[in-house]
Amino acid sequence: MAKIEDRAALPTASHNDDIGEETRLVLYRTQVEIREAEQRAYDLFLQNLVKGTSHLSLGQEAVAAGFAAAMRPGDLSFCTYRGHAHTLARGVPIVKVLGELMGRDIGLMRGKGGSMHLTSVEHGVMGSYAIIGAHLPIACGAAWRAQYKGQKDVSVCFFGDGTTNIGAFHEALNFAVVWKLPVVFVCENNLYMEYTPISDVTAVQHPAADRAAAYGLPRIIVDGNDADAVYRSAVTAYEKARAGDGPSLIECMTYRYSGHSRADPAKYRPEGELEKWKERDPIKLYRQRLKQFGVDEETILRIDTEVKREVDEATEACKASPPPALDLLTTDVYADGGFAWRN
Amino acid sequence: MAELTYRDAVIRGIAQEMTRDPDVVFLGEDIAKAGGVFKATVGLYEQFGPLRVRDTPISEQAILGAAMGAAMTGLKPIAEIMFSDFIAVCFDYIANEFPKSRYMTNGQVKVPLVVRTGNGGGARFGAQHSQSVENWCMMIPGLKVVAPSSPRDVIGLMAAAVRDPDPVIFFEHKSLYATKGEVPDGEIVDTLGTARIVRPGKDATILALALMVPRALAAAEKLKSEHGIDCEVVDVRSLVPLDTQTILGSVAKTHRLFTVEENPRLCGWGAELVSIVADEAFYDLDGPPVRITTPHIPLPSADILEDLALPSVDRIAERVQRSLNA
Repeated sequence: MAKIEDRAALPTASHNDDIGEETRLVLYRTQVEIREAEQRAYDLFLQNLVKGTSHLSLGQEAVAAGFAAAMRPGDLSFCTYRGHAHTLARGVPIVKVLGELMGRDIGLMRGKGGSMHLTSVEHGVMGSYAIIGAHLPIACGAAWRAQYKGQKDVSVCFFGDGTTNIGAFHEALNFAVVWKLPVVFVCENNLYMEYTPISDVTAVQHPAADRAAAYGLPRIIVDGNDADAVYRSAVTAYEKARAGDGPSLIECMTYRYSGHSRADPAKYRPEGELEKWKERDPIKLYRQRLKQFGVDEETILRIDTEVKREVDEATEACKASPPPALDLLTTDVYADGGFAWRN
Repeated sequence: MAELTYRDAVIRGIAQEMTRDPDVVFLGEDIAKAGGVFKATVGLYEQFGPLRVRDTPISEQAILGAAMGAAMTGLKPIAEIMFSDFIAVCFDYIANEFPKSRYMTNGQVKVPLVVRTGNGGGARFGAQHSQSVENWCMMIPGLKVVAPSSPRDVIGLMAAAVRDPDPVIFFEHKSLYATKGEVPDGEIVDTLGTARIVRPGKDATILALALMVPRALAAAEKLKSEHGIDCEVVDVRSLVPLDTQTILGSVAKTHRLFTVEENPRLCGWGAELVSIVADEAFYDLDGPPVRITTPHIPLPSADILEDLALPSVDRIAERVQRSLNA
């Protein structure tokens, strides 16, 4: 496999370079699905149909799409509370995700987890973790199981730039390298830890990549708004992991269009910053890419239309779904299915 | 039948389960080549090899997180947290991750693992290496919590914990490692959630856990010989699940209740047990329930002070005698 920089796209209609049209269409569709579903989640908030909190990935779609498209069935995703995108990217139906956000019975966990804990084991989505950094060691453990059993799956752990300043990040990086685990750590650097610029609170310019050397890992920074670049970095990291050559740490530069969470209007951002990033909107950029490689406008529009219809149908199905049955309150605390702590 | 130390029982308990099931793996600080700082894991590395018995960095979050990730994808890890005080630096896994994943995911994620940890005082280690923190774990829905007092129980409850599909926090008492007890030959498998009457009696029920069990037993003998008071001593063994039937049955017989707790007084496990008895067996009681605990203090290091802090045989006997004669 050539290095990422050797793989600049060749814009010819007949030649689809290393990625290929089929994968590119998957990358595109996934990004559009995330965009439309996240936008719908936001709209449903405004209608008070989604309660609690929610952390959207609008603007960050290429990271989720690129890493998921390079995975094989059986590879495992570990996400944060900003996990809708990574969950959808593994093929979890939109209706299951929106249903969970809306607290309906049709939801992925029937309303027991909510927006911050999306999990679908059958799709390899091993959880969305709302305590910063917690899932990096957990991903190490899943990778240890693969190593111990001689299985070839990779554990992929997504987190934000803010996570790089918590202890579990550093414990997990060291642990993964020392044990040579098949785990890939993906930092989505969207420039802000919650409400504060990451640069205000971090000793180095690149919060993940500049720490890689401390763990004997190469410094990898990827254009997180370019799904092709993300995809290629994922392929390289997964191959390394499957070959038994240990973990990777990849920093994807991207930007979130909305605030940290529902409560955040993101007024701390300098004027013009959002607009500047929107010029490099991952979906806009990818439409151009598809056209460069000869995908016609009609195909692109068909995908857009299909996804919009899918989101509309999912929304209606969620609205029609009843709330969870009340007896779910006390199920699955313990393995016997209930919550009994005494005889 | 053979006499075994509590320490060697830990080794035998882990070895029994690792022999039975190749998915049982063991990780922690200094547990492999060094055989554990309490020498409670000696020989396991040699017996089961470097893939199954693995030394970790001093990274308690990594230890528990890795144990969880392995557990939710098919292994049965045993993780050691050297001193139970260190649970505080990885409490996220104990409080937020292990016990809530099954519930939050509507049963999709299962976390069958055991955290074994050296708990309790008596070794003059001071306030950060001596605590009894079983009550920190008892209060969290989704966890199971056990604390054996004898070598036989160490093996049997270890087997039950490893085979259990839920996360189990397994408190070994540091001051019991050198104690000895008779242990049957062959495989031993006990049951979580079962208390044991270790001394039958008719005048008062004394509930105790771990190091407090031998102390309660010695106090009971003293009360019998010096005052003719016949105490029933119940080794609670398992805080979650809790064997309330054995406890309520004992109180129905003796009509008096004492708890002997090493944890500091506020929100100690005895408070919960007393409240259960007060709720459900109030009219069985002939007098107020009495909690004998460590005071609401950090533990001091000096021997004379630490001995004053922990419930002693004399303090237990004196308190029971005074209450029964009041």
